[in-house]
Amino acid sequence: MDIILFELKEGLFIALRAIRSNKVRSILTMLGIVIGITSVVLMTTAINGIDNSFKKGISALGSDVLYVGKWPWFGNTEWWKVRNRRNITMEDYEKFKELAKTPIAIAPAVSSNKSVKYKDRTVDNVFLTGSNGDYVKTTNFTFDLGRFFSDVESKSSRNVVVLGSEIAKNLFPRGDALDKEIKIGNENFKVVGVLAEQGSFILGPFNPDNQVYVPIGCVFKYFMSRRSNSIQINVRASSPAMVAQTADEAEGVMRKVRGLKYDEEDDFSINQQEALMQNFNSVVGVIQIAGLFITGLSLFVGAIGIMNIMFVSVRERTKEIGLRKAIGAKRRTILAQFILESSTICLMGGFIGLILAIILSMIVNQFIPTSVEYSAVVIAIIVSLITGVAAGFAPAYTAAKMDPVEALRYE
Amino acid sequence: MNIINIEHIAKIYEVGSEQVHALRDVSLKIDKNEYVAIMGPSGSGKSTLMNMLGCLDTPTSGKYDFTGQSVSEMTDNDLAKIRNKEIGFVFQTFNLLSRSNAIHNVELPLIYAGIASAERRERAEQALIDVGLKDRMDHKPNELSGGQRQRVAVARAIVTRPSIILADEPTGNLDSKTGEEIMILFNEIYEKGNTIILVTHEEYIAEHAARIVRLKDGLIESDKRVENRFIPKPRAAVV
Repeated sequence: MDIILFELKEGLFIALRAIRSNKVRSILTMLGIVIGITSVVLMTTAINGIDNSFKKGISALGSDVLYVGKWPWFGNTEWWKVRNRRNITMEDYEKFKELAKTPIAIAPAVSSNKSVKYKDRTVDNVFLTGSNGDYVKTTNFTFDLGRFFSDVESKSSRNVVVLGSEIAKNLFPRGDALDKEIKIGNENFKVVGVLAEQGSFILGPFNPDNQVYVPIGCVFKYFMSRRSNSIQINVRASSPAMVAQTADEAEGVMRKVRGLKYDEEDDFSINQQEALMQNFNSVVGVIQIAGLFITGLSLFVGAIGIMNIMFVSVRERTKEIGLRKAIGAKRRTILAQFILESSTICLMGGFIGLILAIILSMIVNQFIPTSVEYSAVVIAIIVSLITGVAAGFAPAYTAAKMDPVEALRYE
Repeated sequence: MNIINIEHIAKIYEVGSEQVHALRDVSLKIDKNEYVAIMGPSGSGKSTLMNMLGCLDTPTSGKYDFTGQSVSEMTDNDLAKIRNKEIGFVFQTFNLLSRSNAIHNVELPLIYAGIASAERRERAEQALIDVGLKDRMDHKPNELSGGQRQRVAVARAIVTRPSIILADEPTGNLDSKTGEEIMILFNEIYEKGNTIILVTHEEYIAEHAARIVRLKDGLIESDKRVENRFIPKPRAAVV
């Protein structure tokens, strides 16, 4: 044990000496590993970041919520089959609400796109959701200012609005949104609440941060016709464990509401976030594999660079190897010396790459959320170590099995 | 007791389909504190014999005992150990690590002997003092003259206190004056009780030894004591 430690220590000194005496070459070789590790780490952190913010976004919406709509979100249902489905109306919603027993909250929802204005500040293409006072119970929203609009306000279609945090920030940089009159399209609405940041950037326009919420009656009154637009019914189960049961009940109730006969197919779809999640996971999975493959390739190229340089180095130092063997270096000592040399180069490259990746991810973090995880650090170190050993082995083995007589004679 | 006891060794190399008999049948005994020169023209098997003696190579047939251990049956690792502990090499081309300074070059065999760095340093310094390079310890080979480089190599050979010192044409790359200084150094080492084996093709170098073994065509041609060996006198100006 002591001998192995001693040899490792001395081997490391010899390796460091060799690296130092060939600075330019070592640095250039290291660069391959630096780039490889940087891109691998950056890739994993970016994927992690996207993954985390998606999950966070989903949980802001509530993972136990079902969305009963005219169309399925995903799936193989043919377009022509669903094209002629009847709209889901507010009457359907009322009946559904009466008959469904297990959900803890049921709310209607319609959406539209409008520009929102306060004085000289405008945000275009804002995703507008119309609903009633129950809507907030189907979400996990928290508020920075004020409250969600009440049932009374929604029933009487009062011109009140709740702003997503991003919208509020844009219209009221000083944070004084409450009780201000803003314009949605051409109508005036009074701000009654501002949502806390939900951080669901990954949902894009569906991100609550970029939405405004108004009573559903207002939407039909000002922005779209009640008859030609289908609504969605958001149904929240009493607990995540109850989602499946609630979905079953919702299907039964909805069939009754729509008056379907036993042999007729459902003319509505019950959508779940799980489907969204699965879809997302499969997309992320593909990105992950493709990304790791491509970045892994750059690491592989770096490893080949190391191997190449180590072969050159072994050839160049043939005489030195002969001498070391002549004065008593064993095969395993020579093997260890060269493997240590390549591992040291790789490990240094790995550390530099890691630091670079952390700095870069801090910069990228300004635009999309990334997170360097502890595991990525450990993996980067282990991967660069393995790369070093793997790339160094073949050249080191060539060195170790050299015949001292021939090596000494080499010119 | 014999340090080296060689009985009927032969070495055959396969070159393509041909067999080359580098050594045919050589027997040789060398005692402690001998000063032996091995001579012979090129192709006589002198280098092969030196590689055998230095445990760099094993014979095809025959027996080689080194301080009572049978070298012919040793593994690579055992040979490395013997070379490290028992043999000090001095080469014609010095073979110093060009990027390391003198002291590190001398320390090298001690590293492979597993000696801790403090003791290593001390012994390497002493060896460099012994060869007269007290002021050159931190110099790299390219900052030293040829003679000084060979002194570093000699220091590296004696630092492990080996049983034999094996010098292969040690003056071959030096001018005659510097060569003579190295021979003075060898004489000092010999007189301290060490065993030296000198491989050379120069008659006047061989005459420094107390015994000359001549090889020809892979056989020993003659093996004679030198009646009045040439003992080099250190000149005051030199050291």
